[in-house]
Amino acid sequence: MADTYQLSSASLDALFTAIQGDGRRILAPTDRDGRTELNPVRNPGEVARDYIQTTMSAKAAVFPKVEQLLSYTLAKGQVDLVDPEPQAVPTVVFGIRPCEAGGFAALDAVFNWDTRDKFFNARLDQLAVIAVGCTRRDEACFCTSVGGGPGSVKGSDILLTPWSEGFLAEVLTDKGRALQALAPKGFIPAPAVDKAALLVDVPAAFDQPALTAKLPALFDAELWGNQALRCIGCGACAFVCPTCVCFDLQEEADGQSGRRLRSWDSCGHSLFTLHASGHNPRANQGARWRQRVYHKFSYYPDRYGMLGCVGCGKCTRACPVDMNLQEHLLEAARS
Amino acid sequence: MDLNEKAKQLLEAGTVQAVLGFEPGTHGAPRPAFARGADQAARLVSGPGCDQNLASYVTRAPVKRLGKLAVLATPKVLRALLQLMAERQIQEQDVLPLALDAAGQVVELATAQAMEEHLALEPDPVSTQDRELLDRLGRMTRAERWAFWQGELSRCVKCYACRSSCPMCYCEHCTMDCNRPQWVPVPSHALGNLEYHMVRSMHLAGRCVQCGDCGSACPVGIPVHLLTFNAEQTVHAQFGQRAGASAKLDYALSTFRPDDKENFIR
Repeated sequence: MADTYQLSSASLDALFTAIQGDGRRILAPTDRDGRTELNPVRNPGEVARDYIQTTMSAKAAVFPKVEQLLSYTLAKGQVDLVDPEPQAVPTVVFGIRPCEAGGFAALDAVFNWDTRDKFFNARLDQLAVIAVGCTRRDEACFCTSVGGGPGSVKGSDILLTPWSEGFLAEVLTDKGRALQALAPKGFIPAPAVDKAALLVDVPAAFDQPALTAKLPALFDAELWGNQALRCIGCGACAFVCPTCVCFDLQEEADGQSGRRLRSWDSCGHSLFTLHASGHNPRANQGARWRQRVYHKFSYYPDRYGMLGCVGCGKCTRACPVDMNLQEHLLEAARS
Repeated sequence: MDLNEKAKQLLEAGTVQAVLGFEPGTHGAPRPAFARGADQAARLVSGPGCDQNLASYVTRAPVKRLGKLAVLATPKVLRALLQLMAERQIQEQDVLPLALDAAGQVVELATAQAMEEHLALEPDPVSTQDRELLDRLGRMTRAERWAFWQGELSRCVKCYACRSSCPMCYCEHCTMDCNRPQWVPVPSHALGNLEYHMVRSMHLAGRCVQCGDCGSACPVGIPVHLLTFNAEQTVHAQFGQRAGASAKLDYALSTFRPDDKENFIR
C-alpha cells in the first residue's frame, strides 16, 4: 500500500536539489529544438510542460543504443580479454508516463530470463523512476487495453499526479522511500483525494485476453500481409518502444584487438532473421509485422506471463506511414 | 473526373489492379493506402497532408505482385518515377500516374513524356525553409558544419527510416546490410552513424529527387535530407543535370563523355 502525500512545486524544487546532492543525475522530458526528449536537467523549471510522451523511450537509461560488452587484444598467440564492469550512473528518470514506467518489467523479463545480464542489472539497480500521471492523451494511447492506466503505479518508485496543490505523490517502493528521505519535509500527508478524477479518462478499446487467445489461430491469416503492405520496414517502431528488447551483437576487430558491442535491433528489418545459408524464415514484411504483434501479444504472455506492450503509442506516433498499432490490433480482434 | 471516380473506373475496368493514394489515418492525417477493388475507391483522399512520396512503394515486391498500379502523382512522385525509369527499375507501362489539376480533376500521365511535360510546369522542389537551411550550412566554416552534423547525427539510432522511405533506395541488398565483409559498422555509435549517412548521401548524389521524405521520416528529427539535397545540388552545379527531370538520364557519376572538360579523365 502506497503512502500518499502532497508535494508542492517548491518541494519538488527541493527534491531535485537533494537528488543531485546525493550524486544522481535527473533525466526528464525537455523541449529542445522542437523535440520533447529525455535530457539531463537541474531543476523542475527545465522540464517540458505540455507533452503527452517523449518520442524516444526511457529504456536507453538501462539498455543504451550501443554498449561495449567486452574487448580484447591479441599478442604473441595470447588473448588478453577485458571483461569490463558496467559503469552505471545513478539516475532518476522524472516525468515519464505510467505506461512507460511499466515497460521496464518487460525488459527485465528478457535480460533476467536465464543468465542475469550484468550491464542491464547494474543500470536498473542505479535507476529510480518518478513517473507523472496523465491529464491528457491522444489517439495513439491505449494503456487501459493492456492492463495499465493513466494513474497506474506499476514500475514507478514514486508516482506523481498533477493536482491543484502541486502533486499527489504516491511513494511506492524502497527506492521511492529513499528518494523521499532525501527531502522528507516536502512530503506532507495528503487528505483523501479522488485520484481518478485528476486524470484523463482512457476507455479500454479492446479485450486483450480475448485477442491473445485468438492470435495462434490467426497466424496464417492474410490480415498481416494486408496490414503490412503500407509498412516500409524501418525500425522506428522498435527503437522508440519502451519494451522492444531485441539486440544485435557486433564484433569490431582488426588483427590486433577487438571489442564486442551490443546495439538495438528490430524484427522489422529483413536482415534480422536472415540465416547464413541465405534462407530467411521471415521472408516478407507481412511475416515481420506479424512477429512484432505476436511477440508482444502472444509470445510474451506465453513465456513471461505478461504483455510486451504497455500501450504508450510511441510506435504509432513515430511511424512514418502511420502503422497505428491499436487500430491493427482492433482489426485482428474483430476478424 | 475526380480521383475517387477515376480510381473506381480504373479498378472496375481492370485497367489497374490497385490505386495507390492516401486515406485518412490517425488524427485524420493522410497516410498511404492501396485501393484494391472498386469498393475501396471511395476512401481515397487528396489535398493537404498528402505529402509522402508514394513512389517508394512501386519497387517493393509485395506491391509489384498486386499487378498494375495507378498512383496519385504529386510532383515529387513524378520525379521519382522518372528517375526509377532512368535507372531501369520500372517501365512506363508498370505504373499509371494520376495527377490532379487545379480543379481536382484527374490527368492521366500515361507516358514518360507526359510526365516530363507535366513536371516542367512545376516550381523548384526545394522549400524556402530548406533553401535557407542549406544556405546557412553553406555559409558555415568547415569546423562549424562538422560540429553541426556531429550534433545532429549523435541522435541517430539507425532505424533506417530515411533509407526505407526513400524512393531511390530500392536495393534488395543494401551496402549497410552486407556483413561479409562488413563495410560499415552496424552500431549507431559516432563512426557507424557518420559512415552510414556519408554513404547514403554519396549514393544519392545525382539520384536524389529532393522530395525530403527521408527527413520527414526520421523519428528523432535529424534533417538528413539536407545531406542528399546538397549532394544533388553539387552534381547539378558540376554536370548540369537534375535527377527526376527525365526518364532518359545518364547517371552523372558513372558516365563518361568524350567531350568532358576535365583532362584528368582522358
